[in-house]
Amino acid sequence: MKISHAALAEKFIADEPRTDWHDDTLWFVREKRDKAAHGLPEWEQLREWGSQIKDHTLSNLSNYLKEFEEKAKANGIIVHWAGDGDEHNKIIHTIIQKHKIQKIVKSKSMLTEECHLNDYLQEKGIEVVDTDLGERIVQFRKEAPSHIVLPAIHLKREDVSETFHEHLQTEKGNNDPQYLTEAARQHLRDKFVQSELAITGVNFAVAETGGFVVCTNEGNADMGAHTAAVHIACMGFEKIIPKAEHLAVFLRLLARSATGQPITTYSSHFHKPRPGQEMHLVIVDNGRSKQLGREDFRNSLKCIRCAACFNTCPVYRRSGGHSYQTAVAGPIGSILSPNLDMKANADLPFASTLCGSCTNVCPVKINIHEQLWKWRQVIVAEGYADSTKTIGMKTMAYLFSKPSLYRFAGKMGRRMMKAFPFMTNNKFNVWYKQREMPKPPKESFREWYLKNGKINRK
Amino acid sequence: MQVALFIPCYIDQFYPQVGIATLQLLEKLGCDVSFPLEQTCCGQPMANSGFASLSKGCDANFVENFSGFDYIVAPSGSCVLHVKEHLQDAAHPEKAANIRKNVYELTEFLTDVLKVEKLQARFPFKVGLHNSCHGQRGLHLSSMTETMTPSFSKPEQLLNMVTDIRLSKPKRNDECCGFGGTFCVFEEAVSVKMGKDRVAEHDDNEVDYISGGDTSCLMHLEGILKRQGSKIKTIHIAEILNSSL
Repeated sequence: MKISHAALAEKFIADEPRTDWHDDTLWFVREKRDKAAHGLPEWEQLREWGSQIKDHTLSNLSNYLKEFEEKAKANGIIVHWAGDGDEHNKIIHTIIQKHKIQKIVKSKSMLTEECHLNDYLQEKGIEVVDTDLGERIVQFRKEAPSHIVLPAIHLKREDVSETFHEHLQTEKGNNDPQYLTEAARQHLRDKFVQSELAITGVNFAVAETGGFVVCTNEGNADMGAHTAAVHIACMGFEKIIPKAEHLAVFLRLLARSATGQPITTYSSHFHKPRPGQEMHLVIVDNGRSKQLGREDFRNSLKCIRCAACFNTCPVYRRSGGHSYQTAVAGPIGSILSPNLDMKANADLPFASTLCGSCTNVCPVKINIHEQLWKWRQVIVAEGYADSTKTIGMKTMAYLFSKPSLYRFAGKMGRRMMKAFPFMTNNKFNVWYKQREMPKPPKESFREWYLKNGKINRK
Repeated sequence: MQVALFIPCYIDQFYPQVGIATLQLLEKLGCDVSFPLEQTCCGQPMANSGFASLSKGCDANFVENFSGFDYIVAPSGSCVLHVKEHLQDAAHPEKAANIRKNVYELTEFLTDVLKVEKLQARFPFKVGLHNSCHGQRGLHLSSMTETMTPSFSKPEQLLNMVTDIRLSKPKRNDECCGFGGTFCVFEEAVSVKMGKDRVAEHDDNEVDYISGGDTSCLMHLEGILKRQGSKIKTIHIAEILNSSL
């Protein structure tokens, strides 16, 4: 059985100074986002536009996808459709085989993480080099990214230094960020120059032009795609936007929400293969049409993967991305993942206090915390709640529907706590592990009211 | 004006002083307050755990108790938000709709309905205000740091009417305390860590009290403070607004 989010979170928090550092680092990013958003008087209007464009697109998705495919083909891009992750991986493998290619670079694509492309290709004996610095670091360490924008945010510079010492033979104990970055840069330059095939993700695919946009800060998507003879771009089908002018909304929202930058350093527009190059586009469903059919959850497909909800989430900041065990962690991951595998991810919608901060920062206004609440109802209805919780809830529901029984139980409970504090103050009481119990008062409010309230004064 | 007082179950059982302060405050301000005697719970514990389907009996009892009043007021943003968003009664849909419309959290009732401009209250202590998420982000009792809207705070507006109070804000003014209903036991480690971090910021401000509009958050913070042996106490905002120290 999968380890629960709660158990992995507890393990993460066991190193409290590191948890504090993780929390502060991400909070710093959240504050940068606030500053950037404050800089635009039209921020809330932009969010509204972003939301409406995405809503409109999802409502007319089949038409826009057809339009996009037509235009992309006319531009000379070879378009593939994949029903699921496996099909996506097979398509890419077939292209690689056809060209008998050995050297492959990949810029960041959460979709390929979702489809486990690296593992798939590795099993076939094909090595893919992740070229996003953070992703390269976690790839060296055989870890998954812990954040969709900042994949190695769970690591400190000392960790990176150790990893690079092991894999890039950098000086042991040299934690200087500039030194380490330079080492990665030299290492990756070689990979770019040698690469024959580049895989990239897609941030926005424009229906009216058949082109697509990839946003990076390191320029690694360009470096890969511009040198390789074959470029494969992979996208979930929700990446479509109707018009190029809509980029004016999304490019402004994306980087500000993600890192507080006005725009990503590189916003690369790809329209057609350069002479002699082959350009492929793999459009993936992998559960998205199912989610589109769930009325309560469909608008989760509006997500532009900025991770603002991660950075603001007080639970994510204190449990780390790996505690979610999904390609997309954080609040948005907790409403996307149950769609992919409800049983395995049944605990994720509960890994939230429903504080609502995620919904407030979302640049496309996904009602994330309300969807977390709704997933809880679905998960219980589908029978994925554990039995002790179900019994507890049934008892509670019964008590609250019978006022006199509720009062009796309350009174007995308080008396018991007073007379036998050890009944609640023990290791079986999870609350008591790190918190004191409230002190039981001598009477309930109702008991006080019956003696002192208006009904007795009249 | 007929006001029904809704006292959430855990306040009724564990924090009667919060209910008493709320009642006395409303009466001081001239409201005709009734306390429906057969009330129990708003149903939130079940619903937030995914068992909304089980809360029908609880909901029906709520509707039976709280129908026919001009306003329903409770000293809890969380319970009020739950009622506003989720109260259903298949047998009496109109009554349920009326309750959803007329239920108010205490501070918003004071600022928006009673339009209170001064209070005869004195509380000579340093107080750190904890903004509870459901009151703040759900009921919009104050502006939120995430959204780019003009700043305001209904609880602060009221606390500023209290004589001799010194208000302080924690560094992260609207971060969740980690209570989260059953989250506090099912995600115990994260819940406690969140609570400890809230407490630490108020501690940095050397407050005498942490106050707020939700006893649930305060109960969680109080549990942590007591375990730490801290001198800081928790107090519901109604107790401060009703205070004449």
